[in-house]
Amino acid sequence: MPEPTVILDSLAIQRALTRIAHEIAERNEASADVALVGIPVGGDQLAARLAKILAVIWNHPVPVGILDVTMHRDDLDQRVAPTVHPTDIPFDVNGKTIVLVDDVLFSGRTTRAAMDALNDFGRPKKIQLAVLVDRGHRDLPIKADFIGKNAPTALDEKISLLLTEAGAARDEVILKKK
Amino acid sequence: MIHDATNNMSWTKKHLLDIESLTAEEILTVLDTARGFKAVGERAIKKVPALRGKTVVNLFVEPSTRTRTSFELAATRLSADVINFTTEASSLKKGETLKDTARNLEALNAELIIIRHSASGAPHFLSRVLDAHVINAGDGAHEHPTQAFLDTFTIREKKGRIAGLNVTILGDILYSRVARSDIWALTKLGANVTLCGPATLVPKTFEQMGCRVTHDVAEAIRDADVINLLRIQHERQRKTMFPSIGEYTQQFGLTKARLAKTKPDAIIMHPGPINRGVEIDSEIADSSRSVILEQVTNGLAVRMAVLYLVNGGKSVANPAN
Repeated sequence: MPEPTVILDSLAIQRALTRIAHEIAERNEASADVALVGIPVGGDQLAARLAKILAVIWNHPVPVGILDVTMHRDDLDQRVAPTVHPTDIPFDVNGKTIVLVDDVLFSGRTTRAAMDALNDFGRPKKIQLAVLVDRGHRDLPIKADFIGKNAPTALDEKISLLLTEAGAARDEVILKKK
Repeated sequence: MIHDATNNMSWTKKHLLDIESLTAEEILTVLDTARGFKAVGERAIKKVPALRGKTVVNLFVEPSTRTRTSFELAATRLSADVINFTTEASSLKKGETLKDTARNLEALNAELIIIRHSASGAPHFLSRVLDAHVINAGDGAHEHPTQAFLDTFTIREKKGRIAGLNVTILGDILYSRVARSDIWALTKLGANVTLCGPATLVPKTFEQMGCRVTHDVAEAIRDADVINLLRIQHERQRKTMFPSIGEYTQQFGLTKARLAKTKPDAIIMHPGPINRGVEIDSEIADSSRSVILEQVTNGLAVRMAVLYLVNGGKSVANPAN
């Protein structure tokens, strides 16, 4: 078993999130219309962190939601049923600019499912996508608006995000062979 | 990213036939999954596409309204197509065997078959002769697994846990598939289960299932955190097991006087349909202690969870099933 490589350490994650927050602020002048929606597992916690940074930049609280996309996946009959996480969107998405937050952008299928799932809650004015790591290998025509780090990977590699909120000893993004 | 979610999932079974053969972990997987589905029912748009394009058959060879409706709505909310098949309107009346009926349904490319049957073991039989996923919606006096899921889901939601709780099941245990499934689920999850009712309906042999049997109702409910009442199943009794309904109520009914001598936070459950004034006082059924209608809501969530999980289960992963 080859040793996992750390591609982002705790400080790098913090810096990446700060930069993404500033890019979101720069792109969206109407700050009151912006809400963050994180995709579990990982994206929900990143969304909460981004919201904290944005609240300081904008000087007002930023709504955060959690969106489980499991039931909108396109591979449900090809695998063991994946874990369903709670969805919690405590605001009206109609007319909002929703920034979807995910940990890793890979095939793009999760993002597609997320856009579908979001439709069940209303019609956002815009949907933007923020990811901590873009590892390439897209199956669908999807690209992120805000990227923490571009990490070229091989298909047999796996990227994992470890966060202290989820019980990890420290924040880390690691890459390892499957 | 494609999350590798299989590490915290433990459902690989192709069918849901009973609770007896499930592990505590599998039961908890259903309950955790149901939590997500309950939230779906509270949204403006209550439908998700998880079973889009799948065909679900409700094969109800024994009459039932609430369980069938609940399964039908669960399947519909998962975007499946649903066929309802009831005895009154079926070829079973014309002498077709269960196997042939089910094979005909499968020939229509039904992927999931939900069966309710008066014979114990009918779902197990179907699971052996069909390629479709089979879900037991109640077989004779054997098991009613989704009722056990909704009961444990409700208890967990109300009490925050199941392990260590005192759960008393009161009433007709002998003929109750609900009781059997509940006993399996509750004991596997670490609850202390007490059974109570007339000696004719609550034989001591149930102690072999890991619960306590008593015929003293006051003692049975005194320390209970959960009191689960069961209906007297007139239709399943071969002969009268107690002198009269009036006497049953007097001896075992949950009256206000009896309720006064229970823990103030004990919750009252009933799988329905309730016989007001027989096993439960009418006012108690409507009181804040009663969670009977929440059980119905939760029933929908757990059935969605079951359909969702079973659909992902493959027989290869679990050859025993």
